[in-house]
Amino acid sequence: MTSTHSPRRGDPVPAQPYLEQYDRVKAELPGAALSWVRDLRELGRSRFAELGFPTAKVEAWKYTSLKSLEKVAFQPARPAAAGVHFDVLPHVGTGPRLVFVDGFFRADLSSTAGVPAGVELSGLAETLSRNPDLVGEHLGRLAVSDEQRFVALNTAFLADGAVVRIGRGVEVAEPIELVFVSLGSDDGAVAFHPRTLLIAEPQSKATVIEHHVGLGIGATFANHVAEAYVGEGAILRHYKVQREGAEAFHLSNSVAKVGKDACYDNFILTTGARLARSEVRVALGLGSSCNVNGAYMIGGHQHCDTTTVIEHKEPHGTSREVYKGAIDDHGRAVFQGKIVVHPGAQKTDGHQLNRALLLSDTAEIDAKPELEIYADDVKCSHGATAGELADEALFYLRARGIPKDEARALLIGAFLAEALDEIPDETVREAFHGFVTGWLGTR
Amino acid sequence: MIEIKNLHATVDGKEILKGIDLTIRPGEVHAIMGPNGSGKSTLSYVLAGREGYEITKGSVNYFGQDLLALEPEERAAEGLFLAFQYPVEIPGVANTTFLKSAINAMRKRRGESELDAMQFLKHIRAKTKQLGMTDEMLKRAVNVGFSGGEKKRNETLQMAVLEPKFAILDETDSGLDIDALKIVADGVNALRSPERSMLVITHYQRLLDYIVPDYVHVLAHGRIQRSGGKELALELEKNGYKEFGVDEAA
Repeated sequence: MTSTHSPRRGDPVPAQPYLEQYDRVKAELPGAALSWVRDLRELGRSRFAELGFPTAKVEAWKYTSLKSLEKVAFQPARPAAAGVHFDVLPHVGTGPRLVFVDGFFRADLSSTAGVPAGVELSGLAETLSRNPDLVGEHLGRLAVSDEQRFVALNTAFLADGAVVRIGRGVEVAEPIELVFVSLGSDDGAVAFHPRTLLIAEPQSKATVIEHHVGLGIGATFANHVAEAYVGEGAILRHYKVQREGAEAFHLSNSVAKVGKDACYDNFILTTGARLARSEVRVALGLGSSCNVNGAYMIGGHQHCDTTTVIEHKEPHGTSREVYKGAIDDHGRAVFQGKIVVHPGAQKTDGHQLNRALLLSDTAEIDAKPELEIYADDVKCSHGATAGELADEALFYLRARGIPKDEARALLIGAFLAEALDEIPDETVREAFHGFVTGWLGTR
Repeated sequence: MIEIKNLHATVDGKEILKGIDLTIRPGEVHAIMGPNGSGKSTLSYVLAGREGYEITKGSVNYFGQDLLALEPEERAAEGLFLAFQYPVEIPGVANTTFLKSAINAMRKRRGESELDAMQFLKHIRAKTKQLGMTDEMLKRAVNVGFSGGEKKRNETLQMAVLEPKFAILDETDSGLDIDALKIVADGVNALRSPERSMLVITHYQRLLDYIVPDYVHVLAHGRIQRSGGKELALELEKNGYKEFGVDEAA
């Protein structure tokens, strides 16, 4: 994938502790005996050493400062000593569920009963130790250290995560759920770098839901990378609900490659973390399509950054993007959405919409939609708006006896529904509406 | 009883209401007629509690309560209902959700149990049928894509299910053809009762052929200029508002 962000150089100084930590732990990381794994990690290390943390001059990070993250002395997470109660873990459907605590796979909390034939579900660390060939041809091929500093950092510390493989022609009805718990530690701030590998083989169909929740105390830094391979004619729905705690930093890079006539759906619902940045990159093949949607609700001093790049690499691709967010208090949202139509990608149909609702005078949204078009027979558009709740609608509801807070919640919920209604599966959609209602109830 | 006394209100520093006096007893239907810009809509918004209006003088005694001290939702809970001239479109909120929220908010305040989806549908069925409203209109987002007539029928439905003590109908006839007007007027007339007061605000006499008032008041220049029985409306129809210093046909 090409990147036009420049200048890309960052500050190597705050990166230094991470490099030193890597050098200390690298020999103990799973798969350290394998040269290809070692090389992958070393490349991640050296790229992160070069790129460092983004400074304000790095265009792609213009609106999101990581100064608050840099100030915290994070240590690599260790397997949690404290218990996690099974009952508090989220579960939208009734399908299989893999649970990770501070980045470590927890077989004891996971349930893989009822995994359909043709579906493989496992922890990455275990796979690297026992059956590394299973991931060898996919790991690090989509999310490459060269391009993204936090992909590089993730790759250096690459250890555990989820591996999901849907076999050719297999259709999985129940969502496969991945629960990432940020627990933290009393002893100090912890960082972890989970890697998720989703492989939907040709003509397969599955839904994967990532839950990110904070259940502990203390600062955590979750630096996720997910690589999604969507084979020819396959349908992969990849959703994420990020409800981390008030002291959490959440960075994620999801990179998808969508094969011929295939479909990739991404949806990110964000209500959590002190600072969150979710990057989604999708490369579309011939006649393929993607939906990159999301909704966020933030307040306090939360910062939520959504950065997406959709690349139409071949003709007849379709992309739809609907992002809606409600920002209260001193919350700040960033939306950077880029659609690139490569030369020859004729008959591309790309639409992007991003709308923000500002619920206070101190709420802020920075939006940067970008279209880069190198083909001449394409349909592309983008729209961005920021506004407040409509006074007349609020009065209308109140004039019918609906209390002000309830009327506001009703209107905010309705505003966000436009994005949530893009989720085709009713069970998932209703569950996501439930998360929105939950957030509105805390206002 | 509703007693409006010497009510003055300004919008952005400009005085619109310049001393309104009006008393409405239970069961009475009062009509306020007036030309554009006379303050008709301002009066209805001030009574319903919309923000943006400053009350500079006067009072409104609403069944023994100081109406102007109440929030809009509290006024609604006390049985005040404003049928909007321009019903607001609310994308994303289904009409049923809206109606159910309104009914349950009222029931909650009165200490009654909230209605679930089934009970709610049963509760409104007869009323929607009477107003010729389809299930499809209930499923759609509030007023979104509704014709003028559908919007006013929707207002009348809300009035019917909320069963107010005091209903203000602001230009309910605007944008309606005669058939729609009849349906809406029938709906309103069905709600007339000895306990329910109504204030019908209109520019034109036509509506008053269908909703026949007990009293008619002429509002011009922010004041009630004249009051009389229903025959006053016919007189205005003939002579317009010239007599009140307004060069405009009624």
